[in-house]
Amino acid sequence: MQQFPCPFCGLREETEFHFAAEAGKPRPEPAAQVSADRWAAYLYLSAAPKGEAHEIWVHRSCGEFFLMTRNTETRAVLATQALPGRAGE
Amino acid sequence: MSGWRHPSMGHMIDRTSPISFSFDGTPLQGFQGDSVASALLAAGPRVLGRSFKYHRPRGLWGMAGEEPNAIFDVQEQGLGCPNQRATTLPLRAGMALRSVNTRPSAQGDWLGVMDWAQRFLPAGFYYKTFMALGWMRWEPMIRRMAGLGRLDPAHMPAATTPALNALCDLLVIGAGPAGLAAAKAAADQGRVVWLLDEATALGGSLRWRGGEINGAPWAEFANATETAVLQAGGRVLTDTTLWGAFDHGSYAAWQRRANAPDRHWRLRAQQVILAAGAIERPMWFANNDLPGILSAEAALHYLVLYGAVAGRRILLATGNDASYPVAAALAQAGAQVILADTRQQTPPAPQGVRHMPGATLSRAHGSRAVGAATVDGHYIDADTILVSGGYTPSVHLHCQAGGKLDWAPACDALVPRPGTAPMATVGAANGAFGLALALAQGHAAAQGAGPAPQATAPAWGLAAIRPNPQLRGRQWIDPQNDVTLKDVKLAAQEGYSAVEHLKRYTTLGMATDQGRSANFAGLAAMAALTGRSIAQTGTTTYRPPFVPVPLGVIGGLRRGSAFDPPKRLALEPQHREMGARLREYGGWLRPAFYGTDEARAVQSEALIARKTVGLYDASPLGKIEVIGPNAAALLDFCGYVPMSSLKPGRARYGFMLAESGIVHDDGVVLRLDTDRFVVSASSSHVASVRMILEEARQDRFASKDVFVHDITCNWCTLTASGPAARALLVQAGVLAPGSAAHALPHMGVIESQWQGAPLRLARVSFTGDCAFEISVPLRHASALYTALDAARTTLGGAWIGLEAVMILRAEKGYILVGKDTDGVTMPHDLGWSGPRSKRQDPYFGDRALFTAEAQRPDRRQLVGLVTPQHTPLPTGAHIVPNSGDLHSLGFVTSSYYSPFLGRPIALAMVNGGRDLMGETVGVFHLGERMQAQICAPCALDPKGERLNG
Repeated sequence: MQQFPCPFCGLREETEFHFAAEAGKPRPEPAAQVSADRWAAYLYLSAAPKGEAHEIWVHRSCGEFFLMTRNTETRAVLATQALPGRAGE
Repeated sequence: MSGWRHPSMGHMIDRTSPISFSFDGTPLQGFQGDSVASALLAAGPRVLGRSFKYHRPRGLWGMAGEEPNAIFDVQEQGLGCPNQRATTLPLRAGMALRSVNTRPSAQGDWLGVMDWAQRFLPAGFYYKTFMALGWMRWEPMIRRMAGLGRLDPAHMPAATTPALNALCDLLVIGAGPAGLAAAKAAADQGRVVWLLDEATALGGSLRWRGGEINGAPWAEFANATETAVLQAGGRVLTDTTLWGAFDHGSYAAWQRRANAPDRHWRLRAQQVILAAGAIERPMWFANNDLPGILSAEAALHYLVLYGAVAGRRILLATGNDASYPVAAALAQAGAQVILADTRQQTPPAPQGVRHMPGATLSRAHGSRAVGAATVDGHYIDADTILVSGGYTPSVHLHCQAGGKLDWAPACDALVPRPGTAPMATVGAANGAFGLALALAQGHAAAQGAGPAPQATAPAWGLAAIRPNPQLRGRQWIDPQNDVTLKDVKLAAQEGYSAVEHLKRYTTLGMATDQGRSANFAGLAAMAALTGRSIAQTGTTTYRPPFVPVPLGVIGGLRRGSAFDPPKRLALEPQHREMGARLREYGGWLRPAFYGTDEARAVQSEALIARKTVGLYDASPLGKIEVIGPNAAALLDFCGYVPMSSLKPGRARYGFMLAESGIVHDDGVVLRLDTDRFVVSASSSHVASVRMILEEARQDRFASKDVFVHDITCNWCTLTASGPAARALLVQAGVLAPGSAAHALPHMGVIESQWQGAPLRLARVSFTGDCAFEISVPLRHASALYTALDAARTTLGGAWIGLEAVMILRAEKGYILVGKDTDGVTMPHDLGWSGPRSKRQDPYFGDRALFTAEAQRPDRRQLVGLVTPQHTPLPTGAHIVPNSGDLHSLGFVTSSYYSPFLGRPIALAMVNGGRDLMGETVGVFHLGERMQAQICAPCALDPKGERLNG
């Protein structure tokens, strides 16, 4: 089991965390102007890069979502940071 | 009967405490401190088991996890434990050992006839033969004849093994000389060291080989190491097997404790040093599997630690210097020893040992045990043959962690390639044979200050020993799985020359010893047969566990009721008192019905709730508070039905969708104030609804403008439903006649006080009757229960379980998400298309409601069914055309007998169902085609008049 650094709680066991989404996928809006292809891509197409990946995870214990950069090959966590505007609250 | 007990040697055993045990029914004796293997060796029986396939007699070979043969079903205190390895099992009084896969015993196994048929049973025989003859027919017989021990169904070990997490600066795996040196070097610098060893004491091979470190007996160094580790805040764990290396530097260790539950450690270290030592290889000659042929290292181990001597007339066949102290010790202990070395250039022979340099052992003689041997054509009388074919470094954990290996000719072994795994490997595990070398490597790997601990023992000389394909007779490569050199040849002939193919074709190395003693010979033989080097041939993949670990250890405490503990109601004792039958609903243990006759109880409860009043415990209903100036905006975005237009003091039914447009949950939202809402998520969806709200909150909203707070488990909610619900609340003192609460309209919500406690009253209905949800903080639950129950008695009402509630809601056509909906149901399929056509603002799942799929006219839609029969339609039955071709148009999702209507009712999802009102369709179930008429989902009081009570 790994340990992930929660930006708010520090190093905690992997089982306390949940993957939420790939980072950098803004929700397409307004719905009326979003093509079916773009919506499908938003819902189902992930970059799933080999190597460095930027992801949103949630630390269920404190409830905070945050940005995690990790290597999908080695599973090493390279960095975590609070979502923009949420640090230091 | 050749093994014997030396009168004085053996510092592990206490000769004043004899222990009785039995093997295959024969009573035997050992001593306190013995392992099962040492006790058996000293007591004499040689045939300890039968081989997996040919049922050949097999005896003790090794001293630890590499033991392929001495595996027993152990009966202790009336309970059986299968497949215990004699070498790693401490002897306890009263143990009854039973050899595995033998009938009736290891000595007289009648399936020994299989060995006569061996010529006809090469690798792949069973697949080649019985696949053609109908495998299913023969498989049970073949399985009975093969295999290991038997499970004792009565033995369910308690779930007592805790899983513990630990962190350290340095994890040292193995407490032999290299591990001790590493641990001491690091602890001396104040680092937190965890030193683990699977044996019962520190020292590794020093325990039987002895030696001096820094000019003093090695034990002094071991004690100093333990003290240094403990003083620096580390731990020393013996009887602890590190069984797996996992991602990100995490390790699992199984600690065995006498008279206490085992422990399962999950360890993580900044640095890891592997000092797991090496395992002696067998030698390959005809009949090299006969009982009485042991590893030379193991023989020394048993002699020094337990005083158990392997035999009286011993032939020691070797090709390395490490066997010379073994020969010396055995001769000194009083055995006749002949030392046959394959090398011409050897160290001097020990005193009292007959030395045969340049001599090769080619055959062992004997039927059930060794009686003699052929060495260089000479017949040599011997009751025991000890062999040393070299040493294989124990690199399992390095490889489990992804490490690669290099061929090192100097030590004739594959050793870890530095930098390929996140650990340093030192000592014999790294091919560094000899005490001085091991100490130096351990010290260096731990960045020790100053000079390494000193020892005078020289490095070993060794000659490479390999299976010889020219030799006559069967040479056993893998004794546990009965793989011979001939099978390896056959695999090569048939094209299975890659090691992973060789393994699967012959089962080489697939036994519970994981090929500890077999794999090297198998791959060396394959390399020779195919003209490749050993490095080119490679190894099979190493995977955890390093040794068989009981599943109970890995499972830990999460078993039985602790595996997935249900949530419990505060009023569970009161429900039980009333005769409730509890079942799990959405993770909560809730009353299903009250009484013993389920069918009758459920019908009677549903009827009373319609005629007077029914009370039920709705505490698991979600109570997620959404608070703050942005609360309404958050709920608008997350919900399908907008809540910003809801007035304080009112409630509204709504849905929460997934982004895919699928109905995730339904429920009522209460608005207590302009900036305060309570979301009544369904009881099984509370956690996910909370996370959806939380994610949207953090993603889209200034986080200090809205908060999400789950108080589901802090409040008790009891629901009164039925024509007499209001009267019941008045009687219980909850409603004062003439008060605002008494006049509360349908979908009204009010906060008030009751007996000094906060009380929330919501007039929402899941039954179609006038209903009140009464919520109080958990500590007042009991008082509320008592008051309501007293009033219920006078009014002739009833407590109703969830099964009756299901009937009541189905009568009204109210859905249950996940039962009446599935993974494709959208809100407009349920008849809720208003927000979809009207809303312009963004909301969760908005775009998905307008995909081509979402707009299909023949989507499955919620309808009701009327059946002319008296019995309810089967839930799950397919809706089919009334006549002609059978194809599914949908299915029945809920179906009950309604006691109030006096007929069956049903809900169904049907393709384009809303356009089929009044039409007759077929209902197909188990080959039978029934008829039903499609109707509106609501079967009772479509105008909603009953809501007024």
